[in-house]
Amino acid sequence: MANLKRQKRVEALEKRPVHLDGFVDEWPEEGLIAMESPSDPKPSVKVVAGKIVEMDGKSEAEFDLIDQFIAKHAVVAKDAEKVMAMDSLKIAKMLVDPNVRREEIIPITTAMTPAKAAEVICQLNFAEMIMATQKMRPRKMPATQAHVTNIRDNPVLLAADAADAALRGFPEQETTTAVARYAPLNAISIMVGSQTGRPGVITQCSVEEAMELNLGMRGFTAYAETISVYGTEQVFTDGDDTPWSKGFLASCYASRGLKMRFTSGSGSEVMMGYAEGKSMLYLETRCIFITKGCGVQGLQNGAVSCIGIPGAVPSGIREVLGENLLCMMLDIECASGNDQAFSHSDIRRAERLLGQFIAGTDYVSSGYSSVPNYDNTFAGSNTDAMDYDDYYAMQRDLKINGGIIPAKEEDLIKVRNKAARALQAVFKALDLPAITDEEVEAATYANTSQDMPERNMVEDMKAAQGVLDRNITGVDVIKGLYEGGFQDIAETVLKLLQQRIAGDFLQTSAIFDKDWNVISAVNNCNDYHGPGTGYHIDDDLWEKIKAVPMAINPSDV
Amino acid sequence: MVEVNESLLREIVKQVIAETKQADRKVDFRKEAQSTEQPAVGMPAATDAPLVLDWFKRVGVAKKGTTTDEVVIAVLPGFAEHMTENMTGISHKEILRQTIAGIEEEGLKARVIKVYRTADVSFAGAEADGYSGSGVAIAIQSKGTTIIHQKDLEPLSNLELFPQAPVLTPDTYRTIGRNAARYAKGESPTPVPTVNDQMARVQYQAKSALMHIKETKYVVIGKAPEEVELNFN
Repeated sequence: MANLKRQKRVEALEKRPVHLDGFVDEWPEEGLIAMESPSDPKPSVKVVAGKIVEMDGKSEAEFDLIDQFIAKHAVVAKDAEKVMAMDSLKIAKMLVDPNVRREEIIPITTAMTPAKAAEVICQLNFAEMIMATQKMRPRKMPATQAHVTNIRDNPVLLAADAADAALRGFPEQETTTAVARYAPLNAISIMVGSQTGRPGVITQCSVEEAMELNLGMRGFTAYAETISVYGTEQVFTDGDDTPWSKGFLASCYASRGLKMRFTSGSGSEVMMGYAEGKSMLYLETRCIFITKGCGVQGLQNGAVSCIGIPGAVPSGIREVLGENLLCMMLDIECASGNDQAFSHSDIRRAERLLGQFIAGTDYVSSGYSSVPNYDNTFAGSNTDAMDYDDYYAMQRDLKINGGIIPAKEEDLIKVRNKAARALQAVFKALDLPAITDEEVEAATYANTSQDMPERNMVEDMKAAQGVLDRNITGVDVIKGLYEGGFQDIAETVLKLLQQRIAGDFLQTSAIFDKDWNVISAVNNCNDYHGPGTGYHIDDDLWEKIKAVPMAINPSDV
Repeated sequence: MVEVNESLLREIVKQVIAETKQADRKVDFRKEAQSTEQPAVGMPAATDAPLVLDWFKRVGVAKKGTTTDEVVIAVLPGFAEHMTENMTGISHKEILRQTIAGIEEEGLKARVIKVYRTADVSFAGAEADGYSGSGVAIAIQSKGTTIIHQKDLEPLSNLELFPQAPVLTPDTYRTIGRNAARYAKGESPTPVPTVNDQMARVQYQAKSALMHIKETKYVVIGKAPEEVELNFN
């Protein structure tokens, strides 16, 4: 090769951004294969006296702990033999056929074994998966979720950015930390900020599991998502966990009126080095079944932070949509990934988003970065704040509700400023390191944390620990808002905490509108069965989607 | 009215509390490191012999540190002896040299151990802090991912975590060493500035997986950490 005279076009192509992406050949022995690994088990089931005693080629005695959990808790045993006798191709056709409704399919798909479920998914091409996803998504109205973070963990900026994202229509927001000890401050900051931007937004703070639960119990968050499950026993137990311990954690959230979903995603077992030679789809199937078996309402999947693994192998992005679809087939809320930087190529970034965006899912992205990726402490998302106008244009071009709406600059400035001031009042009331007027001003107009004055991080971290030690809760935040002159936001945060008592938002795929009405798979059930049915953009929303900032009004010309 | 014998009552309460304590035995995931009885030791999946190195020698089972002026650096099973550089090509020797220099600049001592029972950086950190006299430990995977851990923290929590190995430079490793030493001294250093390269994952995730798969091949279930002797001369 060294002596080969280079062909100029080939040389030019090598300079294209896509060449910086990671691509690897399949390696089935280590699980580097998207679908249909030679070692994937063949579907089978045997039910004796209502109990599954054989599943996917293994007898009960041979079950590992994941098989054992799934057989006992995740597969509807009474219908299993009947469903397993059905041709997988026939089930696949039912998924695509608009004349077969979602509610006819759920009893079938919830009585399949993991290997059968994977086999059904493998029958579908990408376009068919989009068709099926449009129908199988639990909530009729699609939505999307935001990441709100910055690499300095600057609380003022977090509050302003949360308000900004809320105004743009994200019903759920997720933050995390650059430095773990900041967690309570980050959680408080985005809660206050998001409620300023639009009442009814729910927020989470993705940190170590015990801390995450702690923050929820204190009323600093309203939901949780990063409770990870894995498809092989080794990876599970490496994290000192089992399906049962995760189920227990799930019930802790439910008992406190906190919404929660699990997280899984293809590629994680390969990343952790214990894939047992199984395909990414098969292992992810087991994760989805574990989630179902735990009785959890939802799952964040679609490779998630491991997207570089399926993204590197053939048919990987098809597999990712397939695993989202499978989640919906088990009647579980699906937050469908698209939440990690995936490619250097803008074309491939759009390709990654395509399936979920066109079909619509409960959350098209389970982390659209509402800040520039520079500040995204989830290591960057597939789409970020710099893509807003492209994303708005895509929604407008295709008449698709991708989950967000354009916002006017003056309105953004207003809510950003108010959120920053509200947090200033909370910090003052809770005796946390002061937020200066200069910081409020900077956060109002900032794009990234580079636009912010430095804060004393050591003092902030001590204060964060103090929040925990002093047993501060959401009620103290409400008091601080109220006494600081932000009665309206105080009332909104109080409403949020009240929802924890009502618990209606623990239903599948639940979000709130601005008046605290729950929109979920129960009262907004997906009834798609062909043209003229299912979700339609209403006139009011369409006017908003049409109003992209760069459109020229013909009458102005 | 029954005469209440106060001392008897106290005795009963004491017994009940003692029993409750027994029933609610604390589950400690780090027990293996502290247990005196030898757990069953497994075998690594890979069979290739470790490289013989002049600068990195294992010298028997690691001891628990007793002095508070040390920071333990735990390297993972494949480190140095099966892989020689992190995913961006910084040599393992350089990584250790810098990290140790950082610790020594703060006037503390560094001690290196190799852990075997896990390829996970957090759990390695949690195991190592039990060996560190100061209770502060650094764990470094072969691919370069690094954590600063302190005993009393949950295994998956951390003082500082550096999850994006591709953005770590020799200087970062030195700063990590310095910060770990300052934690060990009871100070509150400013965390090492977070560098975010959202394209690092895109570019390196597949390679990262391949290196991690390799690391897991050298995991030995139940095997105690070994002391490592270094020679940079």
